[in-house]
Parts: sequence; C-alpha cells; structure tokens
Amino acid sequence: MSLDAAIPRATAPAILPGSGGVRGALSDLFWRRPKVLLLLMLLPPVLWLGIVYIGSLFALLAQSFFSIDEFSGLINREFTLKTYGDLFQAANLDIILRTVTMAALVTLASSVIAFPIAYYAARYARGRWKALFYLGIMLPLWSSYLVKIYAWKLILAKEGILTWLFGKLHLQWLIDAWLSLPVVGGNSLSVSFTGTFIVFVYVWLPFMILPVQAALERVPGNLVEASSDLGASPGQTFRNVLFPLALPGIVAGSIFTFSLTLGDYIIPQIIGTSRLFIGQAVYSQQGTAGNIPLAAAFTVVPIVIMGFYLWGAKRMGAFDAL
Amino acid sequence: MRSDGSQSAPLSLKIAAACGLLFLHLPILLIFVYAFTTEEKSFVWPPPGLTTQWFAVTWNRPDVWQALSLSVRVAAISTAIALVLGTLCSAAVSRTKFFGRETISLLVILPIALPGIITGIALRSAFSLADIPFSFWTIVLGHATFCVVVVYNNAVARFRRTSGSMIEASMDLGADGFQTFRHVVLPNIATALLAGGMLAFALSFDEVIVTTFTAGQQQTLPIWMLEELIRPRQRPVTNVVAMVVVLVTLLPILAAYYLTRDADQIAGSGK
Repeated sequence: MSLDAAIPRATAPAILPGSGGVRGALSDLFWRRPKVLLLLMLLPPVLWLGIVYIGSLFALLAQSFFSIDEFSGLINREFTLKTYGDLFQAANLDIILRTVTMAALVTLASSVIAFPIAYYAARYARGRWKALFYLGIMLPLWSSYLVKIYAWKLILAKEGILTWLFGKLHLQWLIDAWLSLPVVGGNSLSVSFTGTFIVFVYVWLPFMILPVQAALERVPGNLVEASSDLGASPGQTFRNVLFPLALPGIVAGSIFTFSLTLGDYIIPQIIGTSRLFIGQAVYSQQGTAGNIPLAAAFTVVPIVIMGFYLWGAKRMGAFDAL
Repeated sequence: MRSDGSQSAPLSLKIAAACGLLFLHLPILLIFVYAFTTEEKSFVWPPPGLTTQWFAVTWNRPDVWQALSLSVRVAAISTAIALVLGTLCSAAVSRTKFFGRETISLLVILPIALPGIITGIALRSAFSLADIPFSFWTIVLGHATFCVVVVYNNAVARFRRTSGSMIEASMDLGADGFQTFRHVVLPNIATALLAGGMLAFALSFDEVIVTTFTAGQQQTLPIWMLEELIRPRQRPVTNVVAMVVVLVTLLPILAAYYLTRDADQIAGSGK
C-alpha cells in the first residue's frame, strides 16, 4: 500500500513547470531582481510614515515661522521669527524651566525606585519568579494610562486612602506639614506639584525598569564576586562595578521618562496646580487661544531638548541597552 | 554570589524590590474596590458599602457603548494597517542590507519616541492645512502611525531568529515566492505577528493624547474617560468603566506574553 503511494511521488518531475500567469511572472521577477521586491515592500510603510508623519512634522515646523495677527486672530502666512520672540517671554520661560525640572526629578526618582526591581529581576529571579517579575513590570506598563491616573486621583483625594492611612498611623501632621511648604505644597495632595510628581513617577516607572534590567542582565555575575573577593564592601561594589555598568541602561530609561514627562499634558491637568507645563501650554495655545504658530514653537522646545539628550545618550552607549 | 542563583538576595534588596512592585500594582487593584462602592459623590475610603448596581447602570449607558464601539473599530482597523506596514517594513529591513536601512528603523520608531503631543498637533495642523475634516479616518490615520512600531519590533525580533536558509530551501524545492511566503515565512512569524497585533490593539485602544487632536467631536473610550476625569458626571460609572478597561487590556498583554514567551521577548520598551 505504502509502496504504491510512494512510486508516483518518486516519478514526479524533479523540476515543476512554472506556475504561469501573472502570479508566476511576478514571482520570477522578484527572484531575479530582489531590489524590485525590496522596493515594493518598503514603498507602503515609507509612503505612509513619510507623508503622514514626517509631512505633518514639517507642516508643524513651518507653522512656527508664521505669526498670528493680534487684532484679527488670523494666521499670517509669512516667514517671521516673531513667534520665537514670543516664546522667550518670562512667563513662557517659566513654563519651560518648570517642565524640565519636573522631568529631571521624575527621571532621578524613577531610576532610584527602578534599580532594586531591575537588579533583583536580572540577578536573583529564576524560572517562575522571573516570569512573574516580567509580567509584574509589563502589566503596569501596558495598563491604561488614564486608568492609572484615575487610580491616583482616588488615592490622593482629600477623603482618599492615603489620608485615611496616615490618619490611622497618627501621621496626619506629616501630610499637613508637607502641604504647608511653598512650591511643593497646596490645598491637598491632588492639587500640588507633589501629586503631579508622584503620578509622573508611577506612570513612567516601567519604562525605566526594562532598560536597566536589560543592562544588568549583561553584567557577568563573577565581576560582582571578584569585587567582593578583593575586599570591596557591598557599597563599594555598587559604586565601582555595578553602577557604571548599569549606567547605559539608566540613560536609556531616562530617555523615556524625560521625553514622556516633557510632552505630557494630561497628568498635570488632572493632578496638579494651575501652573502650566509645556504640554498644557501647547494644548491651550492651539485650542482655546487659537495661536497655532506659538503652539508649534512650543513643541520645538521638547524636540530640541530631546535632540541634545539623544545625542548625549548615544555617546554614552545608551542605545545598545535599548 | 554565583550566577546559578543558589545564593539568595540580601534582605534589603528583597524589600526594596517588593515595595517597588507593590507601588506598581496596588493603585490598579484599588480601582477594583472602587467599582463596587456605594458612595456616589466622593472618593471616600474605606467605601461605606459594597454594591454591584453600578454595573447595571453602566450597562444601560448608551454613551459608554458608543465610545467603546468607536474605540474597538478604530483599534481593529489601525491594527490591520499596522500589521501590513509593520510586516513589510520588518521583512525588508531584516532580509537585506540597503542604503538608508538605519533611517527606516528611525522613521518607524520616531512616532513613539517623540512625545505624543507633538505627533498629535503635527497631524492636526496637517489636517487643517490640507482642509481635511475630522472623521473616523483621521483617528485611524494617527493610531496606525504609532502602532506600526509595535508590530515592527516584534516581527524584526522574529525575523532575526528565523534562518534564511529555510526560504532558500523552499525555493530550491520548487515553491514560488508566494508559496514560500504562505507556507514557510508566514507560519514562522505568525505568533510574533499575533503578539504584535495584540499589543498594537491595546496601544490604540488606550491612546488618548494623539486622539484628542485628531478626533474632532467623536469620543473614543479614553476620550470619554478623560472627559469624566475633568468634568465628572457620575463617578461610579467611571469606576466601573476603569475596571473593565483594566481587564480588557490585561488579556491581550497576557496572550502576547504567552505567544512569544518561548521564542523571544516582547519588545515592551517600544510602547
């Protein structure tokens, strides 16, 4: 039986006839001239991203060189640097400085919180625990951004769980003392810079953990061993061995935390004071104020800052840790 | 301190890592408790009582259903576009070396590397310059642009691991290009594409910053939630929707994880 079935297969022609038709012709063409196939494969994505995205970015940049007529509110489509002059008013510089400071603080805090998690996951977690850590970082990373902010609105509310917890611990005075401080304080945590800061750190923390973990995974365990064999204390090992090797990962993570904080307008709008961040300034300029040129000029600020940041990060070898 | 993990971590490290993970997870768990609270007007803790009535109230809200349906349709079509563009791009980049290859990778990553507000306002100003009215398709246009990168990351990682000799073997055995794609390439990258597609869906389903600029008057579910956060109408309904959103995004992430677990890691840093 099996022999019968095998014979016709064995006598089948070694070279099949071409499949013919348009399909066959196309297939042959792709085989003979791989560049045609490459071009056809690249064309749709490059057209999409090039036209839709890069085109839009240039349209935006172009608008920042237009100006707005102060009386009619119409956009004057002539080349001018007037809008950039407006950008460097004291009030706008305040906004930029505030945002950059917040981004720096958020980056610092999230790297401090991220390090132990990343280190444990990279060095000690094995098997089932490793998977658990991975999911433990991925799930918060991918859960809904708005839901995360909403959860913090619940937590930081005056009647919320944090006040309740501090009340139970008889530490209410601590919150009150903190809130009475200038700049970081306010009426309640949910309308203070402290609240904005906590939520920023919370939302961007997973973006810091992943690259730091990736960098730490690459540190050979025997380096740490050698360091302690040679008599270094754990603190010294951390300062002289682990930290320098983890630094590219931290810089890679900071690209995300820094860039995301610079551009966010929803977190400070929902949890924070009425003082604006760059994102909010862009939003209100293009929306209620209708001043698209100034909004466009404002978006150039994070682009320029991130440009320098990426340039510096590349020099530190951060891209290998991504 | 051997790398086989026989030695356990110092206690301080364990505590710091555990606290960090709790910090990441407790706020989300809190949402689940609030979905059952009887309190309507404030976020008071502990909840004065527990009830399931808000699920019924939410079920009967047409605005929630409309927003949900718009979000699902946008996410489905954006994911489909991203799958096609991302696969094409990753196949081209990983199969051949050509001039400008690095630029292509940068081009794909850029929409996600730049802050969302820049993508959003750039698209909006382009729409206004070109006199395109806001519609379902303007939302899709924005979402597909930043979803490509997720599919691309997953597919590139898989292509790197599949050996090119399999394609050559298939061609040697007489399959034409289309047969090779259908029977050799596709089965190899299928789970990576599925995982990338699910992540793209989750990303689009959750996107709010770009959408505020490209949606006009329509409400996707995140826009609906944002409205409720700024001007609360019925807080318990928001609580229930928040809980459902957490559950709905949880499933694709878990599925994507199990699909790519053995083969490669999901490129999570590409969100």
